[in-house]
Amino acid sequence: MVSTQTRTRAPATRPRGPRPTRGYRLFQVVNAVVLTGVVVVTLYPFLTIVARSLSDNAYIVAGEVNLVPRGFNLTAYRVVTSDPTFWISYRNTVFYTVVATLISVVLTTCYAYVLSKRHLRGRTALVGIAVFTMFFTGGLIPNYVLVTSLGLKNTVWAIALPNAINVFNLLVMKAFFESLPVELEEAAAVDGLNTYGTLLRIVLPLSKAMVATMVLFYAVSFWNSWFAAFLYLDRQDLLPVTVYLRNLIAGATDATQTGGGLGSAGDVVQSAATIQSVTIVLTILPILAVYPFIQRYFVSGIMLGAVKG
Amino acid sequence: MAAPTPRSRRTPWRRALRRDWQLYSLAVLPLLFFLTFRYLPMLGNVIAFRRFQPGGSIFGEYWTGLRYFRLFFTDPTFWSVFTNTLVLGALTLLFCFPLPIVLALLLNEVRNRALKRFVQSVSYLPHFLSIVIVAAMVLQLLSVDGTVNQLVRAVGGEPVPFMQQAGWFRTIYVSSEVWQTVGWGTILYLAALTTVDGDLYEAARIDGANRWRQTWHVTLPGIRPTMVTLLILNIGTFMAVGFEKILLLYNPLTYPTADVISTYLYRVGIVSGNLSYAAAIGLFESVIGLTLVLSANAISRRTVGTSLW
Repeated sequence: MVSTQTRTRAPATRPRGPRPTRGYRLFQVVNAVVLTGVVVVTLYPFLTIVARSLSDNAYIVAGEVNLVPRGFNLTAYRVVTSDPTFWISYRNTVFYTVVATLISVVLTTCYAYVLSKRHLRGRTALVGIAVFTMFFTGGLIPNYVLVTSLGLKNTVWAIALPNAINVFNLLVMKAFFESLPVELEEAAAVDGLNTYGTLLRIVLPLSKAMVATMVLFYAVSFWNSWFAAFLYLDRQDLLPVTVYLRNLIAGATDATQTGGGLGSAGDVVQSAATIQSVTIVLTILPILAVYPFIQRYFVSGIMLGAVKG
Repeated sequence: MAAPTPRSRRTPWRRALRRDWQLYSLAVLPLLFFLTFRYLPMLGNVIAFRRFQPGGSIFGEYWTGLRYFRLFFTDPTFWSVFTNTLVLGALTLLFCFPLPIVLALLLNEVRNRALKRFVQSVSYLPHFLSIVIVAAMVLQLLSVDGTVNQLVRAVGGEPVPFMQQAGWFRTIYVSSEVWQTVGWGTILYLAALTTVDGDLYEAARIDGANRWRQTWHVTLPGIRPTMVTLLILNIGTFMAVGFEKILLLYNPLTYPTADVISTYLYRVGIVSGNLSYAAAIGLFESVIGLTLVLSANAISRRTVGTSLW
């Protein structure tokens, strides 16, 4: 029904036959059903968690909470938000994300700029040094030994430094710098700007969207990361919110394990259900809030990387 | 990839350094990062052949030869986790590789642009969530009072403690992996689909091809380079199957199916402190991973002419 209208707007995409056959129309219906299913399956878990976070525990235990909260109350929200540890971990997440993202973006920008200079002697080797690490890594144990022996445990550096440069991001940025017109930089050189000046005053102002994309790539990955913090931070007051949540769910699963059968341990898990749901909701919230704005930067960044790869 | 200017072919090092020292200086910190946190751990793998003492040198104390390799080759647990790794890796590849292609093809047939964009936005969302959040949601949905067991009860079944049964782990792991990655995985395919030449469809139609045959003979060959590239990349991560997610979802009851090489070496190495033994296992895993990528790349270059490098 809408097809003719959209086809006139975008003629290049689908000039596929003058009139849809009956089979094709049937396919369109099936397709709509399948895609609706995808949307429902994707969103359902979120809605259930929200419903659980707003429900009374008794209804959850009875298995009666699905998409609609039962026994609506905000007690669990009050419990979680009045826990100082939760807010400390949130503050830690913000701090780690800011520091790590800053370091990552600076290092990635510098190296990508160097790699984008085609005339540079040794450029192939410099690219190779980075790309090889995409396919072969030292592995968990040597990394752990290294970070520990450098004395980085219980510092922000244990999170920021070992993952400072993501090679995929590096290649995205390199591809972008290569696409900038060479004439601009030549003109800058004629005007007497050295390499640093050219990068700071000419190249970076032209690359604002790219730098923003990099900031988002790194910030989201550091915001979401948990394993480095889990591995290298022992002190409760240093943990980010992801590890806070991890400890909450691990406590629940540990309880089921030690309890053996379901009957005995069931209570321990259930009592945490609302609390867990609330913590999940509060952790997702910032991501959901910025998601509509950052999504397209991610998509365009991925495409740029793909063109390169 | 040929050098654009003849000058760049062989600039003497001394001249290159004099001319581009500022560029090289920008590469110093990034190179320091790669050497310290990527290449040093690779060398750190020598502790697989040496006795490592906590607090001692990160390269170990004295040579032990292949002792640790012999140990894990005769360790029945190792072969069990090795099998689990292969099975989970194969299942992940089997579902997480083709499903984004199917979804992209379905999205490509949607005429209504707003609808298409809505489905895309929703399906990308799980990609932005921390693995901890995904794991926490899985635990909630599959708990005895969770959504899935509500369905089970609705059709008259007994609630199943999914997370405590080894028989369910693979299904749960692969489903959650599909849930999180399928939407995001469509991006590159959708981009590739827009580049397929419209004239080809016209020609196919004149030859009497219906839409299904057009998809089979025009669309799929059109996105084949993208498919092959992503397949090779997927094969590259085959051995490293979702370490972090498994660590969050498994427990001793599900070890028989859930425990993989990376989680096993984490427990042996970091939890129990047998770092040399774990490093030997890790090295074995990395070498298999590298071999897989190299062979996949070589095979694909021979057969379909697409390769990563």
